[in-house]
Amino acid sequence: MPFGNTHNQLKMKFTPEQEYPDLSKHNNHMAKVLTPAMYERLRSKQTPSGFTLDDVIQTGVDNPGHPFIMTVGCVAGDEETYEVFKELLDPVIEDRHGGYKPTDKHKTDLNPDNLKGGDDLDPNYVLSSRVRTGRSIRGFCLPPHCSRGERRAVEKLSIEALASLSGDLKGKYYALKNMTDAEQQQLIDDHFLFDKPVSPLLLASGMARDWPDARGIWHNDNKTFLVWVNEEDHLRVISMQKGGNMKEVFNRFCTGLTKIESLFKDRGHAFMWNEHLGYVLTCPSNLGTGLRAGVHVKLPNMSKHAKFEEVLKRLRLQKRGTGGVDTAAVGGVFDISNADRLGFSEVELVQMVVDGIKLLIEMEKKLEKGQSIDDLMPCPEKL
Amino acid sequence: MATSFTRMMSGRNTAVVLASIGAGTLASGYLLSDSAAAAERKRAYPPSADFPDLRKHNNCMASALTPTIYAHLRDKTTPNNWTLDQCIQTGVDNPGHPFIKTVGMVAGDEESYEVFAELFDPVIKDRHNGYDPRTMKHPTDLDASKITSGMFDERYVLSSRVRTGRSIRGLSLPPACTRSERREVERVVVTALSGLKGDLAGRYYSLGEMSEREQQQLIDEHFLFDKPVSPLLTAAGMARDWPDARGIWHNNEKNFLIWINEEDHTRIISMEKGGNMKRVFERFCRGLKQVEQLIQERGWEFMWNERLGYILTCPSNLGTGLRAGVHIRLPFLSRDPRFKKILENLRLQKRGTGGVDTAATGDTFDISNLDRLGKSEVELVQLVVDGVNYLTECEKRLERGQDIKIPSPVPQFRK
Repeated sequence: MPFGNTHNQLKMKFTPEQEYPDLSKHNNHMAKVLTPAMYERLRSKQTPSGFTLDDVIQTGVDNPGHPFIMTVGCVAGDEETYEVFKELLDPVIEDRHGGYKPTDKHKTDLNPDNLKGGDDLDPNYVLSSRVRTGRSIRGFCLPPHCSRGERRAVEKLSIEALASLSGDLKGKYYALKNMTDAEQQQLIDDHFLFDKPVSPLLLASGMARDWPDARGIWHNDNKTFLVWVNEEDHLRVISMQKGGNMKEVFNRFCTGLTKIESLFKDRGHAFMWNEHLGYVLTCPSNLGTGLRAGVHVKLPNMSKHAKFEEVLKRLRLQKRGTGGVDTAAVGGVFDISNADRLGFSEVELVQMVVDGIKLLIEMEKKLEKGQSIDDLMPCPEKL
Repeated sequence: MATSFTRMMSGRNTAVVLASIGAGTLASGYLLSDSAAAAERKRAYPPSADFPDLRKHNNCMASALTPTIYAHLRDKTTPNNWTLDQCIQTGVDNPGHPFIKTVGMVAGDEESYEVFAELFDPVIKDRHNGYDPRTMKHPTDLDASKITSGMFDERYVLSSRVRTGRSIRGLSLPPACTRSERREVERVVVTALSGLKGDLAGRYYSLGEMSEREQQQLIDEHFLFDKPVSPLLTAAGMARDWPDARGIWHNNEKNFLIWINEEDHTRIISMEKGGNMKRVFERFCRGLKQVEQLIQERGWEFMWNERLGYILTCPSNLGTGLRAGVHIRLPFLSRDPRFKKILENLRLQKRGTGGVDTAATGDTFDISNLDRLGKSEVELVQLVVDGVNYLTECEKRLERGQDIKIPSPVPQFRK
């Protein structure tokens, strides 16, 4: 249960065997890693803010599996979760992030000049380009665990910091609970508005508590740079625009993020980051860069090809429906993005997307003409 | 950790200091029940920082909670370490319900009603028509022989049902319970139920283990309960670990049914087609008494006290926890503009035949008692019996083109 979990004492009255969750029908990363012996070793621990093992795993216990993706099944309640429960989280991270070891170091590179190309993805196929990441403010508990006071403090800080942005990044904050009907409709039409989570994955972890208190959306006047406050993470930062100029999107992303980080620092707050896990976020799947760079792209022929999945796999890309992670594709239009988050830098990941999408479009064009794509097949990715 | 030390020295936000403290104690991750960090948090965030925004809310909790009450209670815990925030989370997350004024808070254990009495008492008063737990006593009466005229006209009454809940003393309630406690509830109750004999003999179906065929059978019989989807329940944490330790027990005759670990430890239901409410209630009382005896033989008892009667998760179910009702066809009466007032004066409530969150379809309604606390089981069932008989009379009169009268209001509590 969230915030100030004073509840752990009660469980300690019962044996680990009595408390151990039934994971026999489960298929998520947590269920693959957790064992009764590990549970026994970890269950007496809690982070300084009171987050416990059962808090970490509740979402994974409540959600045995997902139809489209292998879910993580655990969340962090604060920065220290990743330390205190490393015995569970390190193997989960390793499994989820392609063999990333507890001793590995993660590289951060937010210099957009290092990206090659990316300004010319064919707009006949690429409808829109987007880069998102998350950031957590050090010193505050994360959405599964934060109190109302903390969440409000995060919101207040964010509003102050974002209010200092200028030039093409100048914008405005819309608190979810105060917005007018007209503002709400506009944000929906712009595809900016986030709703109270309905996914049981998120609800079970406690992230939707007290909705819509201290939640809001900030965006610049140009509507190309957007920040979500207190949804699944403290901040989600999004750069997006129609068309295929991923380079411009990434430029703005890096400039904006760097500016925001310095504005927070000016107010005495750093982002949660360390050299092993990179940027620390609520879900272990978003560690490292927390970055998802993607496009909405028309691939009606390619998507019906028998090798579509294999191609994506080799390119280290992932497909989703255009409604986001929990949706299926409609009308041959896919959301294609990087599958990785940790162990590659931001530049490297965006490069993969840029190069991968170029290739997919070439393949699509060939299939349109009834030609084979065999000679275009990418090599199996070596790790 | 030089960096965090520097932050501490520059006297910044206490929250940053906390992170530094945290970072320092990372290596051991030791068990802290009332740690320095927890105390610092309380200082950094006084109750006013955490007071929920209830301006758009319309539930009993939001009507009763004030910043002063919150400040008194925020840092208290029950002996099981359950907190006020945990009690009220469902009411904060769910501002209102289209059909009913919801309660907006739950208990995590028996002691919640004491430790957080400053908030529970006014909520109970609001919900239960002025019942004051500090001064009043709740009567318990499970003697079904006292019911008169308990046989309805089956041309109108399609089915009759009585339900209540019972909690096992010593184990936390569904919002708060650990997996062990929930499994213990299951074990205690299932063991007791296996001792039932005669027309009450039956069997248990664990939700997690039932076969597809059993599941379909239970659905067809309208016995199966599903994982709660109502945000009122999920926000309170009752659906955690589903379907672990949840199950359904019913007798071979399929008219006595027990739900285990749904919204309460147990929900006990007696039901049958037709209008023999007296028999339904008689079986209900008999079954309840036997179950109670069987658990007592093993050293357990139900949560009960003379202030609040039977203790259940939701304050709306305190007292008797009893809902006695019928599915009844009232094509004429339901279209009469006086229908609502008649129900009100009879202290009856209408629901759709799908239960509390549904609207009625066609002319068939679920009609049951409104009250739970301050009147005994016998009184409430008699009230339903008298009320349903009155409604049936009204329906018949309207059929014949005769006029009907709005009855005078049923008196509230016994003086």
